[in-house]
Amino acid sequence: MGDFSRKIDKFIDILINQDGYVKVLEGLQNTLLIAVLGLIIGIFIGTIIAIVRVLPKYKILPRILNGIAAFYVGAFRGTPIVVQLLIFYYVLFPLMGIRITGLNVSILVFGLNSGAYISEIMRSGILSVDHGQMEAGRAVGLSFWTTMVRIVIPQAIKNILPTLGNEFVALIKETSVVSFVGATDLYKAFNSIGSNSYEFMVPYLAMALIYIVLVLLISMGIKYMERSLRKSDRRH
Amino acid sequence: MIDVINLEKHFGETKVLNGISIHIEKGDIMCVIGPSGSGKSTFLRCLNCMEDPTGGQIIFGGVDIADFKVDINIHRRRMGMVFQHFNLFNNKTVLQNIMLAPVLVRTQDLKKAKRNNRKTALANLFRKAEKKQALLPVTATKASIRAEAKEEALALLDRIGLRDKADVYPSTLSGGQKQRIAIVRALAMKPDVILFDEPTSALDPEMVGEVLDLMKQLANEGMTMIIVTHEMGFAREVANKVLFIDEGQILECAAPEEFFGNPKNPRLKEFLSKVL
Repeated sequence: MGDFSRKIDKFIDILINQDGYVKVLEGLQNTLLIAVLGLIIGIFIGTIIAIVRVLPKYKILPRILNGIAAFYVGAFRGTPIVVQLLIFYYVLFPLMGIRITGLNVSILVFGLNSGAYISEIMRSGILSVDHGQMEAGRAVGLSFWTTMVRIVIPQAIKNILPTLGNEFVALIKETSVVSFVGATDLYKAFNSIGSNSYEFMVPYLAMALIYIVLVLLISMGIKYMERSLRKSDRRH
Repeated sequence: MIDVINLEKHFGETKVLNGISIHIEKGDIMCVIGPSGSGKSTFLRCLNCMEDPTGGQIIFGGVDIADFKVDINIHRRRMGMVFQHFNLFNNKTVLQNIMLAPVLVRTQDLKKAKRNNRKTALANLFRKAEKKQALLPVTATKASIRAEAKEEALALLDRIGLRDKADVYPSTLSGGQKQRIAIVRALAMKPDVILFDEPTSALDPEMVGEVLDLMKQLANEGMTMIIVTHEMGFAREVANKVLFIDEGQILECAAPEEFFGNPKNPRLKEFLSKVL
């Protein structure tokens, strides 16, 4: 036991006296940045794909768009996110001659990836909204897109909020692979603290703790949001 | 006002409407009755292209709205619709339900007018003095449109005695209240005609009266109404034309006294003997 407390002392020493906390804060910031921006991009892309996939399909354009959307979803759900990160960072961007930081690639890839997953969530959300809502909007002369954005999507989001919350939690946890392309996230920060002291037990334990606290906080936030969105329902 | 010419609707192989032709005058109260599966709801939904007709024409305001090239949204503004299951917007309060479409549509028109004026103003710079074109008058602002729509919506709620419900969500209302609000939501667009798709079929019996009363009021004010209904009493009392549809065809079309008193079509006779 004395051995363990010595390890904790060493860890705290690095954390406070050797600027370890700067790295941890930077890692935390990047982890949140990737997850939050990834989620925002993902919701945006996912919503558009979901709408494309529920478009009436008797015209040619929706069919083409639908094909593209199906390919996109298939490609991003069919490969591991690490592979996507590596492909974008080491293949696609160099081929296009664009220099981009690991952090930016991570944000982009996590956005594109979660877009594919969220599109399926959003599609089930849209389908869960009674078709009469769309008809009522169309009947008063609103366009398909106006009705979609003003009436159907808000109700769909309310229905899928718990699932969307899970997606966000999953994103936070998945960000721990971005060090593959050199971005500093929580894992990288604690890993480097460990490397400095040749002692990984306590840093990784602390890392796990931070992830758990993050996830719990987010879950609480989602519950709160859900409750305020339920105002238009009879259940409170 | 509405001319339906040889309207047809197929769902795949099944023919639901087989060449329906009818003329609807301004101020007509037309009730459509028929057995279930006869195509009466489909007929109504084809009138504002909720279902796209497979063939035939619907001339409304001089335009064939069954034509795919027509911007149907513009014409639907002049054609209200009331549904069997109310279909109030669940994520909007009662007041927002009524205001939403008028506000959106009028702000769109405002934007269009402004855009048009910018173009004209630019073109005027290069025109000779006598050839300059006048700008469209733009008096409204977004705020004034909202304020006006709100006033109208509150007046409509006053009319049906539900002003105190303005800020609640539809889920807390009774069926009769929902349907009356759905009717004034259609009215808020100041339509030329309102289509009713079995407006009382999903209501508790005790709430049917309040909805029918509101519809009678509208009829007395001269609103053109096309009503698919099973309320024979209402049809007899209020309608000036009753239509019997079966197997996608109009089998009888007559004034209510004639229709109920002296039906000619054997299928209608049989139907009336069952329901009356």
